[in-house]
Amino acid sequence: MSRLIIEASTPLCLLQDAGRFGMRHLGVTQGGALDWVSMRWANWLLGNAVDAPVVEITLGGFSLIAEQDACLALAGADLDARLDGQPLTPWRSFMMRKGQRLRFNQPLSGARAYLAAPAGFVAPLVLGSCACVVREGLGGLDGFGTPLVEGEYLTYTGVAPGLREVSVQQRPDLRSNAPLDMVLGAQIGSFSGQSLFDAFNAAWVLDRRADRMGIRLLGPALQYQGEPMISEGIPLGAVQVPPDGQPIVLLNDRQTIGGYPRLGALTPLALARLAQCVPGNVVTFRPVLQVQAYEQQVAFLRQFESMPVARCGAGQP
Amino acid sequence: MKLRVEVVAVDSLMVRLFDVIDEANMPWMLAARQRLQAAFGGRLVDLVPSYTTLMVQFDLLQMSPTEARSCIEQALADVQPDNGGAGRRHEIPVWYDPSVGPELALLAQRSGKSLAEVIRLHSEREYQVFALGFAPGFAFMGLVDECLAAPRLATPRKRVAAGSVGIAERQTAAYPAVSPGGWNLIGRTPSALFDRDRDGYSLLQPGDRVRFVPVDHGTFMRLGGDDTPLEAQV
Repeated sequence: MSRLIIEASTPLCLLQDAGRFGMRHLGVTQGGALDWVSMRWANWLLGNAVDAPVVEITLGGFSLIAEQDACLALAGADLDARLDGQPLTPWRSFMMRKGQRLRFNQPLSGARAYLAAPAGFVAPLVLGSCACVVREGLGGLDGFGTPLVEGEYLTYTGVAPGLREVSVQQRPDLRSNAPLDMVLGAQIGSFSGQSLFDAFNAAWVLDRRADRMGIRLLGPALQYQGEPMISEGIPLGAVQVPPDGQPIVLLNDRQTIGGYPRLGALTPLALARLAQCVPGNVVTFRPVLQVQAYEQQVAFLRQFESMPVARCGAGQP
Repeated sequence: MKLRVEVVAVDSLMVRLFDVIDEANMPWMLAARQRLQAAFGGRLVDLVPSYTTLMVQFDLLQMSPTEARSCIEQALADVQPDNGGAGRRHEIPVWYDPSVGPELALLAQRSGKSLAEVIRLHSEREYQVFALGFAPGFAFMGLVDECLAAPRLATPRKRVAAGSVGIAERQTAAYPAVSPGGWNLIGRTPSALFDRDRDGYSLLQPGDRVRFVPVDHGTFMRLGGDDTPLEAQV
């Protein structure tokens, strides 16, 4: 067993995996890494299962010291990570020698970094997942939804393969301003014509009211003209429009059912990009058919299956 | 029942069975849910039931949206209401008291009834669990007597104690854990509504029937209740 001691943390540094499934009929939310693409890459770098437990570090303020030589992997945002003061860029696995300090200072590009360890960090499965959902008191290192705190140990048991990196072509572009794809939902026809035009043409600004439940967007007020809705299941990425007309994109820690009308739901790939945006960033939406989104998603998932599997090698600590 | 299947996300479809909330929906909802679980099997990621709908999330690597849609249509083509499969019955003890139910007096005032009458009206009915949501194990139940119906608080409380029993419009519920909340609180139950070590986790499931049983302070405490007044809990 190898250990890392947490020297500094914030309430936004959480243990995550792909999330909790098959529990939403009990009112239990999904949880899981917001930028699931970066989580996958971090795990891929170490030859892990793509959804092995990782640390989601939002905005920085996280610091670790290695108790043994360690081979870890970093993907997602560039949070000005430093290994004993030397800059460490994401999208690669790296050696951390005994006693070295890994520190995440501040967001330089993107919002969320994912740190992986060989075979994943060790954490109890609660209702099938270690995803830390603070509001529900589920998951995390203690199993009770507590964020990572100073003085705790992160442990892992795996052995790393050789050092590797994600090729430049395969890295998600965290600064991309391409529109976010949205699968249109059933209430789309009940918004005013002007609102539909605005929804897909306006520049939407990320509000400061943003967390793992949802991100509010500021822009023209959208008008729903349909009947009031009865609460129903909320899919990941639902773009709901409350009475003030300012849309909210619902994320992994959203409530399981709700009664606000929805424009549709962002695709998983669009959500991974949105998870790397910070308040004040601007996004736009593009409508896509469910079948297009399906083909895009399946092609992306298959890519991980077809890539060569990592083998233990030179980087082994 | 009139079945409609709507797109909600890349991997999710909404199965809409009814347009209004009605206790008579439940036998159909339970039957449809069972059919869908059997038809999708391991391809089902999540099935989220609510008052009039069932949201199906399927595994995109195992089936396309077109296949999922036809799977739903086939599974529900000749569905019949499941009258025998009605859920379990529960009796949930509640200590109705203004110290833990700060809106008890408000509801009495609104309805022109005495406190005792409000308690009787809330506890004499058997409620149906329509859906779970908001928080793990939070069961939306109804319908409460019309004269007890009350809108949610204009400003939700930042902190509601675990076990708090409340009313919003014609629905009633108990908060499984400490959380923010805007329902009118009338009492508190010592029962554990969500327990990670219990088989099935949640005490209440959609389709279950619930009666609240008034208990005195001594019984509430003996059953493990926490009588700390709401205001004192920080």
